[in-house]
Amino acid sequence: MLSTRKLLKLLKRASEKWPSAEIDWEASDMNDTTTVTAHQQVPKRKKSKFEKAISSKSFWRGVVALIGFVIFWEICSRFKMWTGIEVPWIGKVPPPTEVLVAWSDVIYMPGYWESWYLSTGRVFAGFIAAMVFGIPFGLALAVNRYFRDIFFPPFEVLRPIPPLAWVPASIIFWPTSELSIAFVTFLGAFFAIVINVVGGAQSIDIRYLRAAQSMGATQWHMFSKIILPGTLPSIFTGAAVGMGITWEVVLAGEMISGGGQQGGGGLGFFIWSSFMGGTVPQVVVGMISIGIAGYLCSSLIRFIGARSMPWERLF
Amino acid sequence: MAIANDSNISKASTVRHQAVLELKNVSRTFGDDWNREEILKDFNLSVTPGELTVVVGPSGCGKSTLVNLIAGFDKPDTGEITIDGKPVTGPGHDRMVVFQETALIPWQTTFENVVFGPKLRGDRDKKQLNEEAHALLAKVGLREFKDKYPIQLSGGMQRRAELARAMINHPLVMIMDEPFRGLDAMSRELMQEFFVRLFEENRRTNLFVTSEVEEAIFLADRVIVLSNRPTSVRTIIDIKLPRPRDPHMLNSDEAREYRREAMELLHEEALKAFKREGTQSEILKSIA
Repeated sequence: MLSTRKLLKLLKRASEKWPSAEIDWEASDMNDTTTVTAHQQVPKRKKSKFEKAISSKSFWRGVVALIGFVIFWEICSRFKMWTGIEVPWIGKVPPPTEVLVAWSDVIYMPGYWESWYLSTGRVFAGFIAAMVFGIPFGLALAVNRYFRDIFFPPFEVLRPIPPLAWVPASIIFWPTSELSIAFVTFLGAFFAIVINVVGGAQSIDIRYLRAAQSMGATQWHMFSKIILPGTLPSIFTGAAVGMGITWEVVLAGEMISGGGQQGGGGLGFFIWSSFMGGTVPQVVVGMISIGIAGYLCSSLIRFIGARSMPWERLF
Repeated sequence: MAIANDSNISKASTVRHQAVLELKNVSRTFGDDWNREEILKDFNLSVTPGELTVVVGPSGCGKSTLVNLIAGFDKPDTGEITIDGKPVTGPGHDRMVVFQETALIPWQTTFENVVFGPKLRGDRDKKQLNEEAHALLAKVGLREFKDKYPIQLSGGMQRRAELARAMINHPLVMIMDEPFRGLDAMSRELMQEFFVRLFEENRRTNLFVTSEVEEAIFLADRVIVLSNRPTSVRTIIDIKLPRPRDPHMLNSDEAREYRREAMELLHEEALKAFKREGTQSEILKSIA
């Protein structure tokens, strides 16, 4: 991968010198691991995403690493059974095969899927609310001096308060515990998004603003053509961080609130009740489920990010 | 050291209107009462219409401040900057700045970057604008790269795209702020040749700022050597090399003489700043 990129860079440099020596760049694709030279043009057939993924080395490295990890875990867990010596920490965890068995029981239970549904719903409720309020708020902080002077100090005082410290206040604020959880989740993501948006908007190169200014851009143009797209990468960074925080907060909230009628359930409660009920493999099932859910969510953000910022993923 | 230059428009062979850029007694001071730094003091400059005026000065002498003032990003404390007699009050598309390194907008393709200005203002017929943009891109050798993002272009290509983006706005004055800085030696040379061809084609009034003497002599009709802070005009060297320019001319005795003169002055000015900034050490005394 790296060597291909280096080669491309060299070729690019060589071809640039003067237009007469142009090389067709379109033949090479950043995701392509096959080496494309100037003369050897690959016939243009669009590879599907899937084809690209399974033909890349990093994909197979990842697969091998995951399998290796699972085998290592299996051996460590069963080490005591075989030799009588317990491997620290991992020895106490049920082996993956047992987890798999527990999982195969659980997937037929509607309660498990309901947990997924409840947790995901809460995460997205808090996350989307945080995006809706956080992005304009952050942009306003970055763009308007008066707004920043007034709102930044209180924001900075509230920001270090951990989301979970808001739980009692949240219970007082909102009538149902469902809303309380959503609010705490919202706070977790909100601060992460706002601080990223502010940082991103303020770090936009002044030359872009000046160039636009001297070409006759209005205030609205400056905002929509320069500041907003220039902040987009930071918005997505903030979103990814915020998404991670929402999962943490939701899970903790669910463990605290328990399985009542209102605002109960969810993957957090699933783990906690499995622990109380004494089935450790099920605890691990819950943990891995959260891992998968978090991975899917951040993949979604990355996907949307790459789609909306085509200029970012090139080279 | 005020310089009044008689403007001889007839010299240039073109129908295009050529603007007069003038700075009269311009001063600009930064800092507060406690720590005041005069960057420009009673700065006078008149850029001859249709000429390429190159400003050279030691680093940190206020070249960028000068550019910002002319472009309208900054306002002088006293004095006046005029274009064709009209005072400069803010940024405007009658002056186009080509920035240090490059200021192509990363989230726009080459084509979008080029049409950015006229499209914002909406003052041009769309079809005509597209045609002109394509012609300009072809001229700077970027026709095939019109749908690429700036990050996909090399340094030299970025500068050429930037030139096209400035030219499409039909500015009265072009201001180049060390535009070829950061390019490798070879690309830089090629860009200079390319730029001088472009200039000779329509001879638009041009103020070019650089810290490289070679570049200045190769491009300029007049080289203005700046003195150190507070910045003022130290000397004006009229470059009488024939046009169209060609890199071989730099080896002529004439060019060598220009270079020697400019280098000597610049060295003197740079040394002044060096000595003022640094502590008075033995080594500094020895080179003085």
